[in-house]
Amino acid sequence: MEIQLNGKAFEADPDIRLSRLLESLKLDPQQIVVERNGSILTIDQFSATTLSHGDIVEIVQFVGGG
Amino acid sequence: MQVFLNECELTVPAGTTLKQLSSQQKSDADLIILNGFPCYADPPLNEADRIVLIKRGEIPAQEELEALMMARHTPGVHDKVRNSSVGIAGVGGLGSAIALALARLGVGRLIIVDFDLVEPSNLNRQQYFVDQIGQPKVEALRANLQRTNPLVRVEAIHDRVTPDNIKPLFGSVDVLAEAFDAADQKSMLVSGFLSRCPGIPLVAASGVAGYGPANEILTEKVTKQLYIVGDGRSAAQPGQGLMSPRVGIAAGHQANAILRLLLGEEPV
Repeated sequence: MEIQLNGKAFEADPDIRLSRLLESLKLDPQQIVVERNGSILTIDQFSATTLSHGDIVEIVQFVGGG
Repeated sequence: MQVFLNECELTVPAGTTLKQLSSQQKSDADLIILNGFPCYADPPLNEADRIVLIKRGEIPAQEELEALMMARHTPGVHDKVRNSSVGIAGVGGLGSAIALALARLGVGRLIIVDFDLVEPSNLNRQQYFVDQIGQPKVEALRANLQRTNPLVRVEAIHDRVTPDNIKPLFGSVDVLAEAFDAADQKSMLVSGFLSRCPGIPLVAASGVAGYGPANEILTEKVTKQLYIVGDGRSAAQPGQGLMSPRVGIAAGHQANAILRLLLGEEPV
């Protein structure tokens, strides 16, 4: 299935869990912000969230320092 | 002829010059301000001129001070920002500089939250002083903000921000600045705030360490409510420390984005 990831088409496994997608992208769930179809998902929702074809996903990764 | 001396109306004979007035009213004045600008000449006064006479070491009274400080504020901007409220989560390198910039702008209310104490290693980039080492950062910053602009109301909260207190702390602000150090804290605050306080803009930062080119620090709009400042990749790590110039540039970006949002303009 295809999703929009950070504005680009992205081929993902059908019904992939968000936590699995993050793993495959080597993203630390503690250091990111995820928005799906305009709603923010908090870290406790990552493993229970299943993505669907056509979902629009934005992932922001933070680096430390301030 | 009517003029205003230190914000009080005063009648003077037509043709009176600035120096005549100052020698009559305050002969020991070190600084003469005419209509908002220091004046060293001796022009004749005009109707409704505003004159302020200041003696070195003397702090002007509150009303005088407000009028004097407002002389450099842009009309239309100041009225809006003085009625605004901004939250700052974390007052390290970014947050302390954002707070000072907003205080100088005359933002009416600042809510500053941090659990940390001032440490010697902070002084390479954070807006504290040696004699403040060991104080809670929020208390030291409140003192520095009050010294900068006593007209700003500062709410200093010495506490750790958690998902549970985000809304009580920051639910009433017009804009929130994320100014934490650790990446996981940034993520916690941004996710927590966007999900709990929809509609309030948030200006965060990521990628401000080192001494890479200043022009790589950008302000970007990420979602409807979220703006991120930084180069997106320069993490603080061994060999790439946090340094005053680049952290200051990022804080300036954040403060300017906040000002634009307060004035109803898009930051980017």
